[in-house]
Amino acid sequence: MTPPASGKPRIAVHKFSSCDGCQLAFLDLGEDLVRLSQMVDIVHFAEAGPVDPEAAVDIAFVEGSIATPDEEARIQRVRANAGTLVTIGACATSGGIQALRNLHDGTQWLADVYPSPAYVESLATSTGIAEHVKVDLELWGCPVNGRQVLAAVRALLWGVPPLPQRDKVCMDCKRDGHVCVLVSQGQPCLGPVTVTGCGALCPAFGRDCYGCYGPAENAHPDALGRRLEGLGLLREDVARRFRFIHSNRGAVGEAGQRWSDEGGEP
Amino acid sequence: MSEGRQVAINVPVLARVEGEGALEVAAEGGRITDLRLRIYEPPRLFERFLVGRAWHEVPDAVARICGICPVAYQMSAVQALEAAFGVDPGDWVAAMRRVFYCGEWLQSHALHIHLLAAPDFFGYASALEMAGGYPEEVRRGMRLQALGNEIMALFGGRAVHPVGARVGGFHRAPAARDVADLHGRLEAALPEAADLVRWCAAIDLPDSSQDFPSVALRGADYPMNRGRIAATNGLDLHPSEWETCFRETQVPHSTAFHATLDGEPYLVGPLARLNLNADNLPAETASLLGETGLALPSGNPFHGMLARALEIHAALVEAVRILGDYREPDCPYAEVTPTAGVGYGATEAPRGILWHRYATDASGIITDSRIVPPTAQNQARIEDDLRRTLEARGLDAPDDELRRLGEQVIRNYDPCISCATHFLDLTLERG
Repeated sequence: MTPPASGKPRIAVHKFSSCDGCQLAFLDLGEDLVRLSQMVDIVHFAEAGPVDPEAAVDIAFVEGSIATPDEEARIQRVRANAGTLVTIGACATSGGIQALRNLHDGTQWLADVYPSPAYVESLATSTGIAEHVKVDLELWGCPVNGRQVLAAVRALLWGVPPLPQRDKVCMDCKRDGHVCVLVSQGQPCLGPVTVTGCGALCPAFGRDCYGCYGPAENAHPDALGRRLEGLGLLREDVARRFRFIHSNRGAVGEAGQRWSDEGGEP
Repeated sequence: MSEGRQVAINVPVLARVEGEGALEVAAEGGRITDLRLRIYEPPRLFERFLVGRAWHEVPDAVARICGICPVAYQMSAVQALEAAFGVDPGDWVAAMRRVFYCGEWLQSHALHIHLLAAPDFFGYASALEMAGGYPEEVRRGMRLQALGNEIMALFGGRAVHPVGARVGGFHRAPAARDVADLHGRLEAALPEAADLVRWCAAIDLPDSSQDFPSVALRGADYPMNRGRIAATNGLDLHPSEWETCFRETQVPHSTAFHATLDGEPYLVGPLARLNLNADNLPAETASLLGETGLALPSGNPFHGMLARALEIHAALVEAVRILGDYREPDCPYAEVTPTAGVGYGATEAPRGILWHRYATDASGIITDSRIVPPTAQNQARIEDDLRRTLEARGLDAPDDELRRLGEQVIRNYDPCISCATHFLDLTLERG
């Protein structure tokens, strides 16, 4: 997009079904948040104060998944009002952890939790934004961090397509000199099939990656699954591992289906 | 509350936090006939999908319930599972969990005071606007918020959904040199936290005196990770006994359950903690409290912001004290062997008691879970407060003023729908 000739670019931050954690990528910016508010007009960002959900904007950031009939309708209006639509975080890109209900009978689950499910407006599934409208840029991560959102804002304001992150977590581990927790400790690390962007946090803490930044390009989850079986995991353990934060989108979540009871041999 | 429309429940509740709220008030002849704080945050069914997951996955899963207080969810969960498995993680883990929690209180309270609540008291629509008139105050708040985030990152790599907590302790102990570096900066921030308390104490607050039970943990120290459940009406329970006195009911206008104590609304959160635990504040914070002249117990919910500022100071004092004696342990966690069992956990999230119960099978697979978040507990109290405060103001006041007052009342509780209370629709039907 091109910054308008007169006036500052207008941005909005919209919330759908989520934990609000990705909005903190903005709210935790401190001094940079003040600076950002001077560079652009933040016309809608309910948690920070400005409320104008129907305003036309240059960039709309969307947090959260589509989980209610109202959200299905609202995302269409957000799309119509936005020059560029950017999803932030796991919920908006893949449906998030709450998409685990898609693997089951979501309506029955609602009845298990609420004595009067009829009072609660909810879809049986939780889905990412791209299943509903065209998305221009996706920032993966559960949560996304301030560096990701600021880099995206900068790039979009200058009309440069942001550089997508493509490396696997393993590459970051090698660069940062972390000891491989899979090889050295036999932990069921998802680093080989997960895109980085987190900074290989889990291996840096001596533990296995659980895939919160989403599936990497050209991932081979079945090969990793066989390796995890070699470590002593049962098939259902492997399936559960593959279906956690991003069960609803990408090669790893799909492999979870093959490794689960109902899936047959991978 | 809308009597007659409540439904008694005996199934697990869903922990649903933040989201969009609306306020609907109907009044006739100067009296409120119907008032609803509507919470329509879509359910995410955590309690349901935890069933069938392994015990060691729970801390990473429940963090996702709340981006602002993931540590609280992790701490109640690990405590409950350790109780189920009979694991004692020891003194080092207990002390470090307290520091970890201090980080979240600092972050969450500073965010609430500066980005959500304070603009109300100074006539601004947002903190970003307020930064024009009060640049130093807003920046001081952001610095305290950032220090809280740094503490969480020290133990968990990042402040939102940190990765360091596990059942039994921590995956990694912080390096002594990183602790020493942060310790120095925390100590240097103590005067700023004291100034924040004085600033909050100087804000001219509406008078309000309401009668309600305060409920908080109470133990040997100002409560975060441990304590029995206490109330200003004399209640004293072990966390495993929570279900004997507290009930949750579903109301048609909210996807969060309403909780009551012996059938009545009650308060949890910073003011409730202070009402019950002022004698356990660190000495420096207690002396600041004396300076402010705040009389406790307080029945004025507008004192919530000052209580939060005092807790920021207390959290900083505690983090400085504990990290001052830091030593790296041989192992930062206790080994865990899962067994079939039931465990309960209660800790003080920034917004109040967060109660968890898990049942597991012999291999540690979760067979049942129940999570009661603080915002659900405060909901009935918020509605009660709104009814009293709006009637006391007079319902013939202009809609705009009533809307602002209603929003301000709701924000006193720092509900996890704070984000959405900026989004408040006030519908006032005058009969």
